[in-house]
Amino acid sequence: MATTQAISGGQSRRRRQLSDAALLRLFIFPTLILIILMNIFPLFYSLYLSFTDYSAITRQAPNWVGFKNYSDLLSDKQMWIYFANSGRYALLSVGLQTLVGFGLALLLNEKFKGSGFLTTLILVPMMLSPAVVGLFWKLIYHPSSGIFNYIVTFGHPTAIPDILASPKLALWGIIIVDVWMWSPFVMLLCLSGLGAIPDYIYEAAAIDRASWWRQFWRITLPQVAPLLMIAVLFRTIEAFKAFDVVMPMTAGGPGEATELIALNLYRQAFGGQWRTGRASALAYIILIIVIGISNVYIRFLNKIRGD
Amino acid sequence: MTALEGTSRQRSITYAAPVHKVSRRARVILAIRAFLTVIVALIMLIPVFWMATTAFKSRADAVAVPPKVFFKPTLEGFVNLLAERSVLAQARRQEMQARRDELSWIQRIALDAGTEIIGVSQYVGRLRNSVIIAGGSTVLAVLLGLLSAYAFSRFNVPGSGDLLFFILSQRMLPAVVVTIPIFLMYRRLGLHDTHIGMILLYTVFNLSLSVWLLKGFIDEIPRQYEEAALVDGYTRLQAFRKVVLPNALTGIAATTVFCLIFAWNEYAFALMLTSDRARTPPPSIPAKLGRGGIEWAAIAAGSLGFLIPVVIVTFALRRYLLRGVTFGAIRQ
Repeated sequence: MATTQAISGGQSRRRRQLSDAALLRLFIFPTLILIILMNIFPLFYSLYLSFTDYSAITRQAPNWVGFKNYSDLLSDKQMWIYFANSGRYALLSVGLQTLVGFGLALLLNEKFKGSGFLTTLILVPMMLSPAVVGLFWKLIYHPSSGIFNYIVTFGHPTAIPDILASPKLALWGIIIVDVWMWSPFVMLLCLSGLGAIPDYIYEAAAIDRASWWRQFWRITLPQVAPLLMIAVLFRTIEAFKAFDVVMPMTAGGPGEATELIALNLYRQAFGGQWRTGRASALAYIILIIVIGISNVYIRFLNKIRGD
Repeated sequence: MTALEGTSRQRSITYAAPVHKVSRRARVILAIRAFLTVIVALIMLIPVFWMATTAFKSRADAVAVPPKVFFKPTLEGFVNLLAERSVLAQARRQEMQARRDELSWIQRIALDAGTEIIGVSQYVGRLRNSVIIAGGSTVLAVLLGLLSAYAFSRFNVPGSGDLLFFILSQRMLPAVVVTIPIFLMYRRLGLHDTHIGMILLYTVFNLSLSVWLLKGFIDEIPRQYEEAALVDGYTRLQAFRKVVLPNALTGIAATTVFCLIFAWNEYAFALMLTSDRARTPPPSIPAKLGRGGIEWAAIAAGSLGFLIPVVIVTFALRRYLLRGVTFGAIRQ
């Protein structure tokens, strides 16, 4: 509604200026053109490869095999384990990140002396290079020369097992690192959302003597929700692509406890026989799952915005 | 209302109570908040602290059992990182020890680790590549993202939902798979291992985040502002520059930081699409792994040195990042 009003308002003034329609094209086209140029070929080419038996290290031309890669993958019981690992990893790490990030944002929303400095310090884990983070946490988790076990057990590192060698705890090991690294991302977005809530809403609530709890559920959460949901959306997508932190840390082990789907994808694409065709098919399966989850999120996001 | 401007939210919630009581209670709550935040921040910084100290440890101290918090600092890690060295044979080592006083301090550090410096490592050039690639792609992604986000937020874009989803989907395909076709395409176009190729690639990847984030921020700026400006005789473009931009600064700062962090640290593409001219440090730091055990000090030193530029940019943008979106007019 507001847009149409603005457009008609602009047209009524006869002045030498860009029309809104021209401005719209000028603003959107560079982005779309760049994305299309850079991505259409890779996207379709890998879709094509997913129907072939192509291997990037052989000189043989790709052979069309139809849906064989897809049916092989979907009937492979191992793949379901990897998908389940990824699902559990995404759910737990994104859930914890949301709690920690939102909690921190609530704490930091009220300015105190040095809060700005503290906020910036909390952002530091996010700024580290993921490949190095994974490598370095391996040292931190080391049962004898790492500090993790020392701190968690207050100086008795043998009281708990080697996290990354334990089939039960290894997944938690990589979840902790992801939460540590990316909670600041959620925090920063929530902080911006909290800052955007006008004070008068709280003042009105205070006049109505609404409890803190009630204010939180009725004002704070709905107002922060759009930015929070964007953070959750991006973190979920990244969780299904998690690779560069986990690879140097556990390489999927022990056994297959931390073999996430993206890790297995890498193995199929660049390990052993370089099954490029099969890896492409797996990538498209992952893509479809991520699109499905994103759609649910976005529908939810639009519902919140619509209110 | 204006009297309340500048007072904190905590106080304004209970502003019906007597003034001195309120401020005291608010002070206690604020102190608890500050205390909790400091605790969480300290816990989160332990691994960073560990990395920073490891950078100054000798090879033995880095893997000592139990882990050492106090140790004799050395620059061995940084020398390993920045210089190309060769391991000394026993005889040559003794000879070098004999004329130790003639050596520069850098060579002395190398000698203590039983090595000799034979040249500058490639790390310095790689750091320069990172500045060019990450800087260029961040500027492009934020600029293009800002324009499209504004258009999506304010105009009636036909099929905007689908277009936005299309933009988002650029981030969904795992890098591992996209790299093979991109590799083939880049080799054909002559973009393999070039700065411009990496800038374009990172820009496209960051555009999804930058469009979505900035749209989120611009959506929060009330339209009435621009409409008022349009009525006052501003053109759309002027309204965008003078009304929307200043109010979106927080969003722009946050987006810049995120895009920069991604492009600065990206690993998978850099590993597979660059070899020398445009290679950045992330794929090369873990490569320090080889050659006789993990050189933790060098890895930590590399990560620390690589972290500092991003920290500087984030601190520089801190004022905007944390300012919050201030809707002065709507608070009246």
